[in-house]
Amino acid sequence: MAFEGLSEKFDNIFSGLKRKGKLDETDIKKAGREIKLALLEADVNYKVVKQFTKSVSERAKGEEVLKSLTPGQQFIKIVNDEMTRMLGGDVQKIDYRRDELNVFMMVGLQGAGKTTTAAKIANLLRKEEKLTPLLVACDVYRPAAIRQLQVLGKELDIPVFALEGENDPVAIAVKAKAYAAENGFDLVIIDTAGRLQIDEALMKELEDIRDRVEPTEILLVVDGMTGQESVNVADEFNKLLDISGVVLTKMDGDTRGGAALSVTYTTGKSIKFIGTGEKLSDIEVFYPDRMASRILGMGDVLSLIDKAQSMVDDERARELEEKMRANTFDLNDFLEQLKQIREMGSFSSLLEMLPGANSKALKGFDMASTDAQSIKTEAIINSMTPKERANPDIINGSRRKRIANGSGTSVADVNRLLKGFEQSRKMMKQMGSMQKKGRKSRFKLPFM
Amino acid sequence: MASFFERMKDRLSKTTDSFKEKISHTLYFRKLDEDYFDELEESLILSDMGMETSVKIVEELKERIRQRGTTATEEARDLLKSIMADMVTVEKKEMTMPVIIMVVGVNGVGKTTTIAKLAQKYMNEGKTVMVAAADTFRAAAVEQLTVWSERVGVDIVKSHTGADPASVIFDAIASARAKGVDILICDTAGRLHNKVNLMNELSKLTRVIDREGEGFDKHNLLVVDATTGQNALIQGRTFNDAVHLDGIVMTKMDGTARGGIVIPLISELGVPVEYIGIGETAEDLIPFEAADFIDMLYDEGNDEADDQ
Repeated sequence: MAFEGLSEKFDNIFSGLKRKGKLDETDIKKAGREIKLALLEADVNYKVVKQFTKSVSERAKGEEVLKSLTPGQQFIKIVNDEMTRMLGGDVQKIDYRRDELNVFMMVGLQGAGKTTTAAKIANLLRKEEKLTPLLVACDVYRPAAIRQLQVLGKELDIPVFALEGENDPVAIAVKAKAYAAENGFDLVIIDTAGRLQIDEALMKELEDIRDRVEPTEILLVVDGMTGQESVNVADEFNKLLDISGVVLTKMDGDTRGGAALSVTYTTGKSIKFIGTGEKLSDIEVFYPDRMASRILGMGDVLSLIDKAQSMVDDERARELEEKMRANTFDLNDFLEQLKQIREMGSFSSLLEMLPGANSKALKGFDMASTDAQSIKTEAIINSMTPKERANPDIINGSRRKRIANGSGTSVADVNRLLKGFEQSRKMMKQMGSMQKKGRKSRFKLPFM
Repeated sequence: MASFFERMKDRLSKTTDSFKEKISHTLYFRKLDEDYFDELEESLILSDMGMETSVKIVEELKERIRQRGTTATEEARDLLKSIMADMVTVEKKEMTMPVIIMVVGVNGVGKTTTIAKLAQKYMNEGKTVMVAAADTFRAAAVEQLTVWSERVGVDIVKSHTGADPASVIFDAIASARAKGVDILICDTAGRLHNKVNLMNELSKLTRVIDREGEGFDKHNLLVVDATTGQNALIQGRTFNDAVHLDGIVMTKMDGTARGGIVIPLISELGVPVEYIGIGETAEDLIPFEAADFIDMLYDEGNDEADDQ
């Protein structure tokens, strides 16, 4: 149940919050605990989880959430923001210089996927950056490891430097670098043997290779399915070698990739690539925000929020807010809101950006009819006179009949709309009085 | 046997130290209050036991404490130990000769190395062993097993990379039957458990083994990397669905990995851990004894005595 349920778990936490008009400290504390549990199930390191939930709840206790009219959404945004930040924030590109000899060194535990990753990176940088790579086989321990790299090199048509009979990886690395410099290569990728971070002799060997060949990038390869241990691995390798970045492998599995969060947080070094499959082209540049969504099991909420914010005219929003407080919000304003929402796209397209949009709960939900409903609503309001829109109270039985006829709907439809409007006005009145106690805050569309 | 235990203890010292430290830390609590249980839960989670299992253990402990009416942390510790021992005690399935062992797992867990160690072990026990290189996918996997088979001195049946693994197994069974070997160990390509077509391929391999391997006992082993987190549980479940698992081998237990995943893995799947890998050599694959493992987790104090 660990992972299948995680996405739903986050859905539950977040939808619980979204339903609330107001969040208090207890709500935030409760959500914090639920997030903590969900993250632990995703193999995020315990200490990192603690730190994470601490910074989220500190921010959540601040004004932006408590005073917001849509506290649930604000809270989610904070969780997502914090997670993206902890994952390194912006995309970190691989570091290389043109017309110079770039030396990359791959390090990590056994079975993390160093050899495959070395070949994938060589292939990627040759294709995208037009570099001329040389792969170097320094894993003299595992049987056929050198052969493995040679096979991959042959498949990609990338030369592989190996020294038969040489058992010293340091010597191989040094000779490979000299060979690359003489033969017009500008990228050397050194594949080293897998080792435990507590194996002092083998760790010393990595240090020796580093000191002798002075790599421009030292990439730690970490299995994306690693558990609590990822922190120790990353920490030890980083302490000893001062790694320049991390590659997370086997991310095409169903792991939530909690290791990603733990590793970046522990070392302060960013993840540069993720391995996403068995084919040699299956490697991607790492995007912290996408990973955050993945760990949280949510859709592209940030884009949705950004989209909503960009569509709403600030000036007009403030006006509406005033009206709401004064309880003079009328059907004209309602119509405008409706149009704004529709400008953002159909309900179905908006829903797709929401977390859990693919979940079972939404399967039975007819989104096309929701779109049709909003068109109907617009038609009804358009059939009203300006006076009726400003004072819905005057709409009596005969007016309702006229409006229904004019908009091609039924009296029942008109009644439903007026009733719904009355209810939301009451709700706004309540929120308005609540707002007065607080300081300035932005009005948000009710659907958010 | 004592040497096995000592060896395991020595190699696993890093594994168990942090857990021991944590657990013994809870001894300093004077009261069995919420703080105590929180601290305990934290230490269980940190050992990769997962949220669900950790909570289950703590709840069970609370229940047993309530029944006993105890207030001593010492006694709570003993109760905890017995709870965990109960969870990892599952009957092992004995193999009868001749047997076909199929080794499965996700990529990079150490299947091929484990096979070499197993082959060595069975050879030492006087069995005749053959290996089948049915990982025809990963570059140089066949070569890797070939090198091992030469070192260990066992026969190998293999084909080229990219060949149909089912045909390799088919040939291997025929050859094993003709030569009358006791144990045929089949390597398979590492595969992520969420790749449906690859898992189907594995089911197909078991069908080939069932069909062709008449007269052979069948034994399916899942190899799990001890540094894996909660994903190991899903691996266990999915592989168990695709091929019925008879046992588990936990590799790379000599890191600082907590290996706590052993507990939910056994208790949820009901499949025993047969061996744990604690180093590079064949002798470093040791039989897993649930009781010893739990003892070791709690066995503090003796280490210093040993050192002196």
